[in-house]
Amino acid sequence: MAPRIISHEVTITPHPRARLRSARAADVTRPAAAMRRFTLYRLWAIVLKEFIQMRRDRVTFGMMIGIPLLQLTLFGFAINSDPRHLPTALRIADHGPWARSLVAALRQSDYFAIVRETETEAEAAQLLQRGEVQFVINIPEDFSRRLLRGERPAVLVEADATDPAATGPAIAAARVLATNVFDRDLTGPLAHLRGQAGPVDFQIHALYNPENITQYNVVPGLMGVVLTMTMVIITALAITRERERGTMENLLATPVRPFEVMIGKILPYIAVGYIQVTLILLASHFFFHVPMVGSLLLVYGVSFLFIAANLAMGITFSTLAQNQLQAVQMAFFFFLPSILLSGFMFPFRGMPEWAQAIGSCLPLTHFLRIIRGILLKGNGPAEITSEMLPLLTFLAIAMAVGVKRYRQTLD
Amino acid sequence: MGTAPLTLSSAAAPAGLAIDVSGITKRFGPKTVVNAVDLQVRRGEIYGFLGPNGSGKTTFIRMLCGLLTPDSGQGTCLGYDVLTQQAEIKRHVGYMTQRFSHYEDLSIRENLDFVARIYAVPARAAAVQRSLDRLGLARRSHQLAGQLSGGWKQRLALAACLIHEPQLLLLDEPTAGVDPKARREFWDEIHRLASEGLTVLITTHYMDEAERCHRLAYLAYGKLLTHGTVAEVVAASPLTTWIVTGPQLQAISAVLRGRPGVEQVVAFGNTLHVSGRDARQLEASLAAVQTSAHTWTLGKASLEDIFISLMDGAKDNFS
Ligand SMILES: Nc1ncnc2c1ncn2[C@@H]1O[C@H](COP(=O)(O)OP(=O)(O)OP(=O)(O)O)[C@@H](O)[C@H]1O
Ligand SMILES: [Mg+2]
Repeated sequence: MAPRIISHEVTITPHPRARLRSARAADVTRPAAAMRRFTLYRLWAIVLKEFIQMRRDRVTFGMMIGIPLLQLTLFGFAINSDPRHLPTALRIADHGPWARSLVAALRQSDYFAIVRETETEAEAAQLLQRGEVQFVINIPEDFSRRLLRGERPAVLVEADATDPAATGPAIAAARVLATNVFDRDLTGPLAHLRGQAGPVDFQIHALYNPENITQYNVVPGLMGVVLTMTMVIITALAITRERERGTMENLLATPVRPFEVMIGKILPYIAVGYIQVTLILLASHFFFHVPMVGSLLLVYGVSFLFIAANLAMGITFSTLAQNQLQAVQMAFFFFLPSILLSGFMFPFRGMPEWAQAIGSCLPLTHFLRIIRGILLKGNGPAEITSEMLPLLTFLAIAMAVGVKRYRQTLD
Repeated sequence: MGTAPLTLSSAAAPAGLAIDVSGITKRFGPKTVVNAVDLQVRRGEIYGFLGPNGSGKTTFIRMLCGLLTPDSGQGTCLGYDVLTQQAEIKRHVGYMTQRFSHYEDLSIRENLDFVARIYAVPARAAAVQRSLDRLGLARRSHQLAGQLSGGWKQRLALAACLIHEPQLLLLDEPTAGVDPKARREFWDEIHRLASEGLTVLITTHYMDEAERCHRLAYLAYGKLLTHGTVAEVVAASPLTTWIVTGPQLQAISAVLRGRPGVEQVVAFGNTLHVSGRDARQLEASLAAVQTSAHTWTLGKASLEDIFISLMDGAKDNFS
């Protein structure tokens, strides 16, 4: 009978001096530079430790799950406002005088900002899909002729209605505007063309959210809001807590590297972030019946970047804060503009330019566009790259500042 | 050094010295907390580091293990440069902080496991178990560190700083608030480790612990005032101590205080220790109050007397 070999950690305990000697012999072969480098085993040590601590801290963990549920309940209702200067593309097939005066009137309107003129239907569709414009206004070939014949030519307005709060008022304004423009010119023998219904038939084609249901817009956005709120706060405490409890002194006395500490503290919370994402997606589907046109896989993929960006922001705060209270305050200072200026509370295009500029620097702004794009418009990787880049940039900067600010000594 | 052959010194280290630094200075703002300290500690030695509160002991130790950067000075720790090779020093030093600094929400085993992972200890599970056994922590290994009493926390901290088999231990007041029996066991353990070749630098406020060190140094106001073996420190001290026995010691001490040459008058049970640095002046003052009811014997100054005298002297220089 062959003896069974027990493989798990056989302890041969030589004299301690011998152990010392062998440890040192290994050092000789290991280049000194190696210990300055990032190592996976130290990273893993931090990750495991954070997981254990997370498990012990039931209250915090409960909050991470509770906050999304609470927010979903609170934001179930709509928030309205009256945004203007919405980017609009024109596709003009008729260059007659009547069409020209309609275009001139559109240009003067507060609601539309004509940013492009396009020739082809395909290009127009692409502009909408990418979110570069909110509207495409199509003036048909025989517009002037049919207007004069009293046939009420149709002007097709294609609207990106993912955010109904943004499109509704503009469409109403367009109807009024057309009536006013032509009323001025339709005089004398043409006066009969004014008619009851107006000389032009505005046909609205609301894309992506045809019923203008606000929840469709709010609920996916909530995913970004919840992640911003919880992820930043949780890591903002990560390093200040170590400092306040005195455990930092011990950690610094070990060979652990700043990058290992940061990544090690971020990774476990990415898992928590994914739990939140899943919760909200489930609620979106089962309670709010939000259509999910695009790929869920893509949603999860992009979420990784967004969650990491917020966690890195939190870590950076925690290297700056002197104590845990300060860290929480900083997190709030970040959270407020995120929720107000990202396009979650108010339609992004309705905000003054300075607010849009601030909003563009925040990861939430880009995440909202991506997530609405994927869920409601069915965007794929190609359409969202332009919004991914700012997220990546933000992540890189936050990480760099954090690592730079992380002090390796107690000085 | 007798039986322990210290053949393992790193290539760069001056033979036999675990710590060899000079002129180490640290300022916090305008305050010089450690002032041009020179220190040599031999390998395998237990070196006591004493000094009043705020004298800069913790600050000095933190500079040795790379937690603080000295403002000036140079030297090596285990053969590595204290200014540039902090990463290497950290790998081979076990540092026990003055304040408990392990995770209170982790169990004893989890804390040890964490440290072992950070140092990439080979055969980790076995190493953790060994250190639990060695320090008698095995039975409590699942208890959260935050729920331990002071003495047990201190054992955990010692176990944690030994797990990666360091060559040098820096222990900052490891026995503060620990009962006498546990303190004795702790020191037995320290001596056992030293006999295995480990170097130990240990700070303490207890005189009996100072006497268990091979050598010691005394720091006050950031300056190193004396160092050597206990015998050397005593011999180097100019302090003369008279021991008085007899009735009404309280009255005598009141009379003696403030007399020229009398620096310390301390009651020890039924005796009075009267010391001063200027032996002639001290004797003159004593002669004036001598009575036949008392016996006066010339004693040996205790370490405590010497340290207090050093500190008073340093304060005079300092202010
Ligand atoms: N980070 C710091 N910033 C400013 N001052 C400091 C800092 N750390 C220590 N000090 C000051 O340096 C002096 C020496 O402190 P240190 O902790 O080294 O003393 P110690 O000898 O360890 O005292 P104790 O016996 O009480 O532990 C003290 O006056 C302290 O206030
Ligand atoms: Mg101290």
